[in-house]
Amino acid sequence: MSSDSLIEQNQNIDLLRFATAGSVDDGKSTLIGRLLYDSKSIFEDQLSVIKTFSMAHRNQEIDYSLVTDGLKSEREQGITIDVAYRFFSTPKRRFIIADTPGHEQYTRNMATGASNASLALILIDARNGVVTQTKRHSFISSLLGIRNFVVAVNKMDLVDYSEEVFENIVSEFNSFADKLSEESIYYIPISALKGDNVIDRSENMPWYKGSTLLDYLENVNVSGGRNLNDLRFPVQYVNWGGGDDFRGYCGTIASGVVHKGDKVRVLPSGKTSTVSRIVTFDGDLDYAFAPMAVTICLEDDIDISRGDTIAKVDDLPVITGSLEANVVWMDSAPMEIGKDYLIKHTTSTVKGSFEEVMHEFDPDDISMRSSEVLNLNGIGKVKLELKSPIFADIYSENRSTGSFIVIDPHTNQTAAAGMITRCKQVSPDKACKSVKARVITYPADKKEEAKASYDRLSMHGTHCIYVDDDLLQATICKGVPVDSDQYSEAINGLCEIATRSGVSVVVCSDYLKD
Amino acid sequence: MTTAEESYRLSNLKTLEAESINIIREVAAEFDNPVMLYSVGKDSSVMTHLAIKAFYPKKVPFPLLHIDTGYKFPEMYDFRDQYTKKHNLDLRVHRNEEALKRGVNPLTVGTVKCCADLKTKALLDALKEGGYDAAFGGARRDEEKSRAKERIYSFRDKHGQWNPKNQKPELWNLFNSKIDPGESIRVFPLSNWTELDIWTYIYHENIDIVPLYFAKERPVIEKNGQLIPVYTDEHEGEIKDVMCRFRTLGCHYCTGAVRSDADTLPKIIEEMMVSRHSERITRVIDHDQDSSMEQKKKEGYF
Repeated sequence: MSSDSLIEQNQNIDLLRFATAGSVDDGKSTLIGRLLYDSKSIFEDQLSVIKTFSMAHRNQEIDYSLVTDGLKSEREQGITIDVAYRFFSTPKRRFIIADTPGHEQYTRNMATGASNASLALILIDARNGVVTQTKRHSFISSLLGIRNFVVAVNKMDLVDYSEEVFENIVSEFNSFADKLSEESIYYIPISALKGDNVIDRSENMPWYKGSTLLDYLENVNVSGGRNLNDLRFPVQYVNWGGGDDFRGYCGTIASGVVHKGDKVRVLPSGKTSTVSRIVTFDGDLDYAFAPMAVTICLEDDIDISRGDTIAKVDDLPVITGSLEANVVWMDSAPMEIGKDYLIKHTTSTVKGSFEEVMHEFDPDDISMRSSEVLNLNGIGKVKLELKSPIFADIYSENRSTGSFIVIDPHTNQTAAAGMITRCKQVSPDKACKSVKARVITYPADKKEEAKASYDRLSMHGTHCIYVDDDLLQATICKGVPVDSDQYSEAINGLCEIATRSGVSVVVCSDYLKD
Repeated sequence: MTTAEESYRLSNLKTLEAESINIIREVAAEFDNPVMLYSVGKDSSVMTHLAIKAFYPKKVPFPLLHIDTGYKFPEMYDFRDQYTKKHNLDLRVHRNEEALKRGVNPLTVGTVKCCADLKTKALLDALKEGGYDAAFGGARRDEEKSRAKERIYSFRDKHGQWNPKNQKPELWNLFNSKIDPGESIRVFPLSNWTELDIWTYIYHENIDIVPLYFAKERPVIEKNGQLIPVYTDEHEGEIKDVMCRFRTLGCHYCTGAVRSDADTLPKIIEEMMVSRHSERITRVIDHDQDSSMEQKKKEGYF
C-alpha cells in the first residue's frame, strides 16, 4: 500500500470516545492499562518506567494501573483522582478514553470525562456487585445523554469464573437500568488483571459466548447524538475592522446544516437576512454542518454580537428566561436559592438564579425525594430564572443548545452542569425590550470616542447603532438641504424609533435635542 | 437518512481542526489579553496555522510569545523569523537575560536548574510583564502522563502554579473563563490531537516546519544513549556523522536526535506508525526524576 493511501485510511477510520465509570478499586485503571498494553499502544520507554516502578513499589512485574494514574499523588495512594485522557487505535477504530475516578469525592471529574463521550464502560467488581457508586455513575452517564453502556463484570478470577455470579449481577444491573434511558447494554465477564475477555477470549469462562471487550468496542454502532435537522449557529466572535469591508460572524455550528442563500433569522433581534457567504481559510463553502467551525456573512447589515444565535427563519430555538433542568451539583459550596449565578450557555453568559429544587434523585434507585438545595454530587431537577434570555432547546433534542454550566461569581468555580428539560418561550419582541435601550451622545468633534463607545457596547452584547452627521446626510437627508431644526427632528425621531425597538443609539452630533 | 449522514461526515482531522478553532476563538472572545506561546516546534506550527484559519481573512488578533532560552537550534531561530514574517504574525521574544549573564546552562548548573531559570522563570516573568490573562500552549494529552490529566482550560493561580488535585470540572465545550485579577489560564487547543494526527495534518495542510524534523547526515556525539547534535568544537574526536532527525525540538544541549532515513513527510508518518518509542524519549529533561514533568508544571512550566 502506498504511504498516501495508508495515511488516508488511518484518517478515515471511526473515532469512538468512551468514558469509564464505576466505583473505586473495581479496576478501571487496570483495565485501561491492560487494553493499552495488549493492543501494543504503550511505548517501550514508557513501559520500562512503569515496570521499574512496579517492581520497586508494588512488588509485581507490571501494575497496569500505572499506565493511566499519571499524577504522583495517584501513584502514591493507588487511586485515580482526575480524568486521564488516553488514546489508542486498532486497524478498525480509533479510541479516546476518558479514564475517570471512582471516588465519590471526585464525581465531578467523572462527569467531566463523560460529557463528551458516546459510550460508557461501566466496571463492576464481581465480588461486590452493583454498588451505589456504580449506579450514580450510570445515572450521570444516562443524564448526559450516553445511550450505549458496556457493563464489564471484573475480577471474575476472584469468584472462580462463576457464571452464576455473573448472571446475578446482570439481572441486578438490568433491574436498576430499567429506570435509565439507555438504548443498549452489553455485559461482559472479564478479568482485567489476568486479561480474560479483554482482548483475548477467556478459556476460563467457556460458558460465555459473547464478544470480548475490544471486539465489542471495535464494532459497536454508536449513533453520534448529532442533530442535523435544526440549524443553530451561536455567534462566537464578530470578525470585522482593520480597514476593509469584511464583516463575518465566526462560530461553531451547534446543530443542523447551513447553505449559502439560506434565509435566516438572528436572535434576539428577530431580524431576517440571507447567508451570502460561508467563509473558511480553505475557500468559501456552499454548505456547512455541525460541528464545523466557520464564518458566516449575511446580505444585510444587521447588528449582531457574540451570544446572538442564527437559525433558519422557520425553525427557531426557544427564546427563554425561565427553564427547568436536570442539574449535577459539583461545588463543595451547596446551591443557594435566589443567589445570582452565571449561566454559560452556548456563547452567552447570563445571570440567573435557582427558584427551587423540584426534586432530588436518589442515585440508588432513581427515586425522587424533596430537597431544599443540592449539595456536592447531588443530582436534581430545578427551576431556574434568567435575567437575560437565552436561545435554547431541550437537551434530549439538542445537546449543544440544551446544556449549560453554572459558575459561582464569587469563587469563579464551575458549580454545576445543567441539562434543559423544559423552557418557556418569551416573544422575541419582549426579549428585546428586556434590555433597556438608551441614547448616548457625543459632540460632533468627538467621533473617535463615539465609535469606541459603540464598539465597547457591541462587544458587551448591547444592541446598538451608530449615527453621525455624515451618515445622516448620506442616508435620511440624502443630500437634500434641510435647516437645523428639521435636522434635529430627524435625529430625535431616529433615536426614538430605535430605543422603542430596544436598540441603543450612539450619536455623534451637535444637533441632538434633550 | 444514511446518505445525509454520510455527506455530513467530517474526517477525524477536520473534527479536531474544528474543535481547536472553536477553542481559539472562544479565548479571543472572552479574554482581554491573550497570547499564544510559540516554541517554533511542529505543534507550534500547527497551532499558529489553526489560529490563522480561525480568524481568516483577518489577522490573528493576539501576539505570539517565544520563550527563548538562548540555546535553541540555530535552524529554529531562522525558521521562527521567516515563518512569523511570512504569516504576518506579531512575535514577541522573552529571555531571562539575568540568568544568561550569570552563565546558566545545562552543563554548568544541570538541567533541572537550567530549565527552572531559562524556561519556567522566563515564562512566568514574560506572562506577568505582558499582563496576559490567557496563554495558549501546544501541549497534547498523548505526550506525557501528567499532560494526559490536563483540562483544555487549565487554571493557574497568581504565581502561575497548577494544582492537579483541584482542577475545575469541564463539561461539553462550555469553558469557564472566569478568573480574578492576577490569575491566568493556560489553554491547550491541541489536547485531543496525537503525534500522528499532528504529522498527518502538517502533510495535508502543507504546513511549514523546521528542517531539523527531516532526516539527513548530521554531526552528533553519543551520550547516555542519546544522539546529541554538536554546535561547538569542544567534542572533537567523538563526533560522527549520523543519518538522523528530531522528533521534538528543544534546546540543542538537551534534545537528542533519532536514527532515521525519513526525509519526507510521508516517510515520517510511516515511521510514526511503527515507532515503539514515545516522542519524549529524546528529551533529557523528562528523565531527570520521577514525575519531573508534573513537578515542573506545578511550578508554572507548561
